[in-house]
Amino acid sequence: MRYLPHTADDVAEMLQVIGASSLDELFSSIPQDCRTKGDLKLPGPVTEWELNDMMADLAQAMAVVPDYKVFLGAGSYQHYIPATVSYLLGRSEFSTSYTPYQPEISQGTLQAIFEYQTFVALLLGMDVANASLYDGASALAEALLMAARVNGLKKVAFSSLIHPHYRLVVRTYLEPAGFEIIELPYTSEGITDLTGLKGIEGLAAVAVQSPNFIGCIENLGAAAGLAHDAKSLLIASFTEPLAFGLYRSPGALGADICCGEGQSFGIPQSYGGPGLGMFACLKRYVRSMPGRLVGRTEDRDGKPGFVLTLATREQHIRREKATSNICTNSGLCAVTSAMYMASLGGSGLRELARLNYDKSEYLKNELRKAGFGIPFSAPTFNEFVVELPVGSEAVYQRLLDRKLVAGLPLSSFYSGMANRYLLCITETKTKKDMDELVSQLRACYDI
Amino acid sequence: MKEFAGSIGLVLNEPLLFDKGKRGRVGISMPRRDVDYFPVDEELTGTGPDFPDLAEIEVVRHYTRLSTWNFGVDTGMYPLGSCTMKYNPKTNEKQAALPGFAGAHPLLPEELSQGVLKMMFELERLLVEITGMEAVSLQPAAGAQGELAGMLVFHAFHKSRGRRRSKIIVPDTAHGTNPASAALCGFTPVKVGSNDRGVLSVEGVAAAMDDDTAGIMVTNPNTLGFFEENIRGIAEIVHARGGLVYADGANMNAVLGIVSMGDIGIDVLHLNLHKTFSTPHGGGGPGAGPLCVRKHLEPFLPIPRIVEDKGSFRLASDFPLSIGKLHAFYGNVGIMIRAYSYILSLGPELKRVSQLAVLNANYLKEKLKDILHLAYDRPCMHECVFSDKLQAPLKISTLDLVKRLIDYGFHPPTIYFPLVVTGALMIEPTETECKEELDLFVEALREIVKEAAESPELLHNAPWRTKVRRLDETNAARNPRLTCAGVVERSEE
Repeated sequence: MRYLPHTADDVAEMLQVIGASSLDELFSSIPQDCRTKGDLKLPGPVTEWELNDMMADLAQAMAVVPDYKVFLGAGSYQHYIPATVSYLLGRSEFSTSYTPYQPEISQGTLQAIFEYQTFVALLLGMDVANASLYDGASALAEALLMAARVNGLKKVAFSSLIHPHYRLVVRTYLEPAGFEIIELPYTSEGITDLTGLKGIEGLAAVAVQSPNFIGCIENLGAAAGLAHDAKSLLIASFTEPLAFGLYRSPGALGADICCGEGQSFGIPQSYGGPGLGMFACLKRYVRSMPGRLVGRTEDRDGKPGFVLTLATREQHIRREKATSNICTNSGLCAVTSAMYMASLGGSGLRELARLNYDKSEYLKNELRKAGFGIPFSAPTFNEFVVELPVGSEAVYQRLLDRKLVAGLPLSSFYSGMANRYLLCITETKTKKDMDELVSQLRACYDI
Repeated sequence: MKEFAGSIGLVLNEPLLFDKGKRGRVGISMPRRDVDYFPVDEELTGTGPDFPDLAEIEVVRHYTRLSTWNFGVDTGMYPLGSCTMKYNPKTNEKQAALPGFAGAHPLLPEELSQGVLKMMFELERLLVEITGMEAVSLQPAAGAQGELAGMLVFHAFHKSRGRRRSKIIVPDTAHGTNPASAALCGFTPVKVGSNDRGVLSVEGVAAAMDDDTAGIMVTNPNTLGFFEENIRGIAEIVHARGGLVYADGANMNAVLGIVSMGDIGIDVLHLNLHKTFSTPHGGGGPGAGPLCVRKHLEPFLPIPRIVEDKGSFRLASDFPLSIGKLHAFYGNVGIMIRAYSYILSLGPELKRVSQLAVLNANYLKEKLKDILHLAYDRPCMHECVFSDKLQAPLKISTLDLVKRLIDYGFHPPTIYFPLVVTGALMIEPTETECKEELDLFVEALREIVKEAAESPELLHNAPWRTKVRRLDETNAARNPRLTCAGVVERSEE
């Protein structure tokens, strides 16, 4: 086996040094009644070439470009990934290292993460960002826990237009610890109805997602005002960070904590993971923040360098009193997103964001012209809801047969959303793709 | 003296990205604009973040230079105890990057996702066979999230029996993530100590276990590198009082095909795919922390579960006792693909992985125990723990020893952990290091111990051959500078 370098002579020589007669004898401290009976019943070992065939078979059983046109977003976005990003990630000095506990030989990771923290803070309009959490969903749960620590309260409110999966994850994290969670309804324009916030006492945080799950831009400024009036924190969640290349950042609108999913920035969709939990907050809350932080410092000769810092918040020091239990995060995904943001630059980010918006508006317009409904009037970024005439399930299936995935059916996520579909259009969809979608829909409905 | 890997190479300087670039450059091929501009609500739009504009070559050189300041498993031996820094096979990277996997949207209809679903279903079965447990969820995104999931299962199990327990037993040798994960579920950790053999005793656990205790979290093998030989007796005590036994599987690399966790009283176990199953650590993730349980706890596993129906696979969420969802989608699928590839490539030879990992650790222990103080002088599993006791009279600390090791071209072991050993050096060579490399490591430490007596300043001021020398961590924490100066400026209202 090519991963195991020991020859029979090596094993014999080493056993002799140890004073053991066989490899089995090395395990003599394990009582007999704890031992595995017999050998592991595993397939293989397979050769590298057999593995290639097996994995190619599995990969072929997936619907992906170029065979399929997939108009799905909803928390996972298809964006072009420059060859440079994939190529640079092939530098195994980044991928095969551990969490940078030994800073003298980890300056590559540390500077890359420090720059990532700066990128994220700039993007979200916040003071500081951490070195990443697992994904957008757990980042939101951690943000709510953090707000609860800051305010010493166990009641939170969140918008029903936060990604439904994120809301489930929040419930998993918060409910066993005895939190009260209030879910805010939404308006006919497609944004969160904040009117209910006024009468609520003792609220640690209000969480709103923008663009929200159905693609609409929320009024974060109003949410911040109401949250602050109630002496609670505003948490701004997101699933599509590219939107901040066009729309004002959550920080500029008064968010105290901003967190979400960074997959859009150079990270393959990979059936939903690994993702990247981006997490940022105002400076005054930094010591309550979960996750790792990289800070700038100097070495003995006064030369600038980077270290992991403020570790007294963390589990390996503070144990059960830590701000989070997180240890391994999404380090390599954070570096990936930094490479992507560096490649885009500020100008590229604005241009790409605008392109996503215009393409999405184009499709929205064409669908409207064809007579399909656009039920929510609030502005959107690269996702929006279309309402198809009755019988849409059969139409959706027919389009699947033609290798078109016409968005996400919303009926299983919200009541009153029968025949409504969440469509996503990124730079990867051409005008031709969109025209094709519209003409297929028209053909199905005979309009 | 041998030639060691550590040397003064070509160390290039590289500024921060934010000190580079010029407005108007771009490092990406901008996709074609084939639609017109549409009106946008100016009240909602902003100026966008002020990122530097860089050309492609500036980005490539930047990260290439940064990478040369890093030490990875591909650079050299990385004997970081309890982290299992084994070789990360390259074919696994290739499989995870296949367009059918990397480009797959998580909300594709099930009939269009059969490849990934089948891979996940089979990986669960393989992990069942390897651990001797009975059901698996691949959803947790890292070991600590696996622990949290395990504690949530404890909580849900007791709740389903109409009771709420407030305490949990955590040995003093546990990783910090254990008490932190337990605390998230509202459990108060109760510490128990290990005995003079470095393992838990049945009596110690019996004294701590009561009817208000949800169970115990055990790392097995533990962080001293010993198998918890009394585990069956401990499990009996805990079960008799209605509790559950959780095993932190961070150290599973020692016992693949050797111990059947399901048969020794373990109810819940998490694995680290990025340790035992060879997926790269990525400088701090992403990893994956699958949760394995016995049959009676299967109803509590996270949703969705993967279900087989006449040869096809679907995601099912109709499990009313489930702890719920932990991840936005199904966990770190890209990591699962790598681990799946690894297990298929090894097959039944996985047992040899553990045998050689234990062989390597015991070999180092024998070769080093005359120069470094061995915390517990008995055969170890996959790692061995030394201390700086013999060097302390020379005013040489563990930190000095390992910083000097860097100059010889090795990554330091885990230091000052476990906490029960003062000045600990925890060495885990893993099975992928060959004998020559281990011998070189031994020789380096022998040189260093000699230097400690003859020229201690070489150690006090080490490392000498790195891009930066020892860094001021105190000042970093006292005056945190967490973003590039002058770039992020936001006035506090």
